[in-house]
Amino acid sequence: METATSQPPNKNPEFNEFNSSKVKKSKSPFQLAFRRFLKNKLAVMGVITLFIIVIMSFAAPLLTDHSPTKTNLLMVERPPSEEHILGTDSSGRDIWSRLLYGSRVSLTVGFSAMLFTLILGVIIGSIAGYYGGKIDNIIMRITDMVLALPFLVLTLTIISLVPKVSVPLLVTIIALTAWPNMARIIRGSFLSLREQEFVLGARAIGASDFRIIFKHLIPNAIGPIVVNATLMMATMIIIESGLSFIGMGIPQPQPTWGNMLSDAQNIRILRDHWYAWIPPGFCILVTVLAINFIGDGLRDAFDPKSDRR
Amino acid sequence: MTVLKQKKDQKADQQTIVKVENLKKYFPIKGGILKRTIGHVKAVDDVSFEIKKGETLGVVGESGSGKSTLGRMILRLLEPTEGKIVFEDQDITHLSNRKMRSLRKDMQIVFQDPFASLNSKMSIREIIEEPLLVQTSMSKKERQEKVVSLLEKVGLQPDDRVKYPHEFSGGQRQRISIARALAINPKFIIGDEPVSALDVSIQAQVLNLMKDLQDEFDLTYLFISHDLSVVRHISDRVAVMYLGRIVELASKKEIYENPLHPYTQALLSSIPTTDIDRKKEKITLSGDLPSPSNPPSGCAFRTRCPLVHERCAEERPEFNDMGEGHFVACHLFDKPSIRDEEVKQEKDMH
Repeated sequence: METATSQPPNKNPEFNEFNSSKVKKSKSPFQLAFRRFLKNKLAVMGVITLFIIVIMSFAAPLLTDHSPTKTNLLMVERPPSEEHILGTDSSGRDIWSRLLYGSRVSLTVGFSAMLFTLILGVIIGSIAGYYGGKIDNIIMRITDMVLALPFLVLTLTIISLVPKVSVPLLVTIIALTAWPNMARIIRGSFLSLREQEFVLGARAIGASDFRIIFKHLIPNAIGPIVVNATLMMATMIIIESGLSFIGMGIPQPQPTWGNMLSDAQNIRILRDHWYAWIPPGFCILVTVLAINFIGDGLRDAFDPKSDRR
Repeated sequence: MTVLKQKKDQKADQQTIVKVENLKKYFPIKGGILKRTIGHVKAVDDVSFEIKKGETLGVVGESGSGKSTLGRMILRLLEPTEGKIVFEDQDITHLSNRKMRSLRKDMQIVFQDPFASLNSKMSIREIIEEPLLVQTSMSKKERQEKVVSLLEKVGLQPDDRVKYPHEFSGGQRQRISIARALAINPKFIIGDEPVSALDVSIQAQVLNLMKDLQDEFDLTYLFISHDLSVVRHISDRVAVMYLGRIVELASKKEIYENPLHPYTQALLSSIPTTDIDRKKEKITLSGDLPSPSNPPSGCAFRTRCPLVHERCAEERPEFNDMGEGHFVACHLFDKPSIRDEEVKQEKDMH
């Protein structure tokens, strides 16, 4: 150690070799994760499926001439025909048209409830995880309280008090009861990240709390955040369908996959008219599966340890 | 107090940049259902020293001796339990976070673990640019130029700025950390074991780089390490820590040639040597470092000291000047004159 002489810095052999080739833009960790994601066939299939479903819901007016809400009592419970591809329901409404328009509600509720939950969870979880101590304690006790509320009972109470359930109301109710999970995940990763040296380094250069949270902590916790948000969206779609199925969600005549299924509560329809309930059930299944595959793919992509290459 | 006064007289020609007085950091141990404090880990226990402008003070000690805690407290990354930190004649011990933020441009830190100290989601340009964004109002172009010049200063290529930390080796990452620390022209840099995680050959390169930069930018270092040879290479003065206390503080020459404290002697005898002719007797310390939550009474080192005697258990040794700025905290070197003075002063105060 004593004998080592001071060399001019850029004559060090350690890195000359490294940079002899022409500069090409390096891949950021996010780009690397994206590449890993693309190698996951199931996840890519999920993306394609979801994409098709989204396109179909946007293009609904182009894919059918029938109104999803117009009843025709002369054409009740008809089997599939040229005029009605999937037949008509018990009020004589075109099922294919209701399926297309119904996807809008399911996807909107799923996506916006997820987004709302994400925003609430990130804000609350960041504050608890970054500041710790008393603030953390207070926030986490509130979180425990919200988690302890029975979701279904609460939701049913609110819905039965409101004259007409709308999409924004449903989204708000779901988000206000679902944020604690997201907040806990973010708090957990922040608690471990904030002790790391790069966060101390950011504090040492005088970075503000806001900057540390958004520039250092969130990008490093993005893996669990994105994965859980995705999986949460699938759960939200199921919640909406479930509520609509039991008649507590979006009311008729507005179509959703869930309230289309409620026709199947009638044993006669369940037995004789498969075309009334198989399609919406299948749509829910495919959408939720696709989203779950995407979530799994994202988890593998963000966590290099699960990389099997 | 006497100790500090003497120290000041001795080196009055040089300006003090950092002064630490009776600094303590006790981490509470919480236990029981009610999470009450049931004890304290005394990570840093009554430490005082000064660092002169332009010098390098090395701090050595084994794991758990409070070296890193000390460094982080000086930068106010940890709040001291007690004591005083003075930076350039300004008491910064109780400065608000906002005021502290603007002061941070004068003091920086380089961390030990090159894999944990850089944000892996940021490119090298973003990492080195961040202090400039936070502390200065430079334009984008100025920042870009500064980043390039800093990369060249620490021996990296300007093209490296588009890369990400995972593309670099430990030594290169440590250079990036140094570039980040230098970005806002600090006066004082704490090296918290900056070379401990590196290979020996890379250690020398990084140490020499730090030395060169010190000359070029007139920097003051507080260099923390557990490696005596590394500290010897870079330091002007050396402080030896044991269980949260400084047991000996002297110039590099004094420490390595004339160690007084039994702990320092044991440490030095453990350095492996390649010189066959110079046979050294090795002092082996028995036992482990005692728990800092329950340090031994009196002298913290007495449980492992080969020269322990009765008095060591009874009172904590004073940190005395043995001449020429060689301080030692050991009852073997108590100067009666100084001790009497202290006692008298204390009596007067009561």
